[in-house]
Amino acid sequence: MRSQSQRHKLAIWKRGPFYFALIVLTLFFLFPIIWMVMASFKTQVDNLATPPVVIFEPTLENYREAFIRNPFPRYTWNSFVVAAASTAIGVVVGAPAAFSIARFRQRGLAVVILAARIMPAISYLLPWYILFLRLKIVGTYESLIATHLTVGLPIITWMLIGAFEELPAELEDSTLVDGGSILTVFLRVALPLSAPTIAAASIIAFIFSWNNFLFSIILAGAATRPLPVAVFNFVSYLNINVGGLAAAATVITGIPMLLALLAQRYIVSGLTMGAVKG
Amino acid sequence: MTQRVFWKQLSDFMGEGRFKVSSVRRGQMIASWLFPLPAVLVVAIMLAYPVGYTVWLSLHDLSPFNLDKPAWIGFENYATLLKDTRFHAALERTIYFTLGALALQVTLGLGMALLFNHDFVGRGIVRTLFLLPMVATPVAMSLIWMLILNPVDGVANWILKTLHLPPQLWLNSGKSVLPTLILIDTWQWSPLVMLMILAGITALPHEPFEAAAIDGASRWQSFRFLMLPMLRPTIMVALMFRSIDCLKTFDIIYGTTQGGPGFASETLNLYIYKTGFDYFRLGYAAAALVVFFTLVLSVSLLLIVLRRRTEAAA
Repeated sequence: MRSQSQRHKLAIWKRGPFYFALIVLTLFFLFPIIWMVMASFKTQVDNLATPPVVIFEPTLENYREAFIRNPFPRYTWNSFVVAAASTAIGVVVGAPAAFSIARFRQRGLAVVILAARIMPAISYLLPWYILFLRLKIVGTYESLIATHLTVGLPIITWMLIGAFEELPAELEDSTLVDGGSILTVFLRVALPLSAPTIAAASIIAFIFSWNNFLFSIILAGAATRPLPVAVFNFVSYLNINVGGLAAAATVITGIPMLLALLAQRYIVSGLTMGAVKG
Repeated sequence: MTQRVFWKQLSDFMGEGRFKVSSVRRGQMIASWLFPLPAVLVVAIMLAYPVGYTVWLSLHDLSPFNLDKPAWIGFENYATLLKDTRFHAALERTIYFTLGALALQVTLGLGMALLFNHDFVGRGIVRTLFLLPMVATPVAMSLIWMLILNPVDGVANWILKTLHLPPQLWLNSGKSVLPTLILIDTWQWSPLVMLMILAGITALPHEPFEAAAIDGASRWQSFRFLMLPMLRPTIMVALMFRSIDCLKTFDIIYGTTQGGPGFASETLNLYIYKTGFDYFRLGYAAAALVVFFTLVLSVSLLLIVLRRRTEAAA
């Protein structure tokens, strides 16, 4: 619903300053991303030139550096495995919980899951680290997937509570009257009708697992290292191969940015645990 | 009979169901336990247990050398924290960073929301593009910011030079590192504040504004006395989420400075990370953690209460 009364057409004399502000702001927010993509196609000479080069002959050398001479395909795979598995488990665990919270008004449980979103992640990480050291699972996929689950689960649960609460109660009740069980209501009515929200919640949970740095830097091993940790190490060890770094960063950030476009109507709602309907 | 009483108590415990207990079938009661069970287990094992363990650990001395035998030392870790100037400085920096980032992001977010509330060509595309900073992997973007803000050959100083402004040391000086990190955080998150407020504006009713216009209110007056008070709940939600996340900021700080130069950008999160994972003073880090999460939880509780009030008033 567009509320026309609050959205004004601008007087002609105001349009100049308006578009100026608009362009400056848009440039500020997109500049680092544009700069990154440009640097990823520049040679090292162009990247270090002052004044900065804007027109240049693009090269794919940096992508070769990152993805052929460095094991970035491996890191990408690691990121994908951890994000996909933790998101899938998050949906399997979170959807029934959200359904139950919505249907049986289990507000206490909802608050506890919200607390997981509020608490600083490092307060879980320290005990996990000690526990995982004892269990000798530091560096495994399992340790990463289990910890990343705590990132996705609150997002998925809270987005789905909202979706399930919006379903018309009559629809569910009529299934019950027709002799269906509550499980039928969940599987045949609630889940299919909430498919778009489930998809969006999964995308957002995937993005946040993909972007997670703190858990991975402590718990990942050489064989399970995901992209954010890899790109961070790339800088420390190769000491500023600008183009290579930019190429790696373009690919790492490109995936969540593309995914976000798919779920764009839901991103704000997902980031605010459903407090704002985008 | 006892069974029925049991189910009744169970249903009272689990919250008021949509159905009266007498008509509730057993299946639904079982469902209300079984459906959330996996999530409850995850919360218990992955979240509640670690928090309890942290509190327990904070009363012990533990390092990798005595991993199997933590030594009980009572409140000694907390007593040490009281005298630890590095911890105090980290606490101050955390508050400075959070207040600075909040002020900037809410002001800019509100301003941009008002700007973007106008009709213009490409409005939809621009709004979509503004989603990108908040989903672009923070640690990767912080490395790109390091390139941009490099004092010697970074493009930021070149832009300043072109505009005849003095070059800055950005992340490389103790004086400017926190403001620069606030800038990076603002780049990442003020679009979210903007989109939240924009959603809030779209949901406002028309009538008060039409009435105000008929009564001859200026645009400033209708913003200041109508729109702003009506938006207060939305702004409170934005404040809540941003303050929780600002207090916890890690990626962009560790990605750029790791707390430096010196300790100039070492916030609580960074300090605890180093105490725990670089110096392996696990018990001591746990005590600092307890202080840290108590701070975060109290701030969020305070904001939740304030939000209730503004919603009740609105």
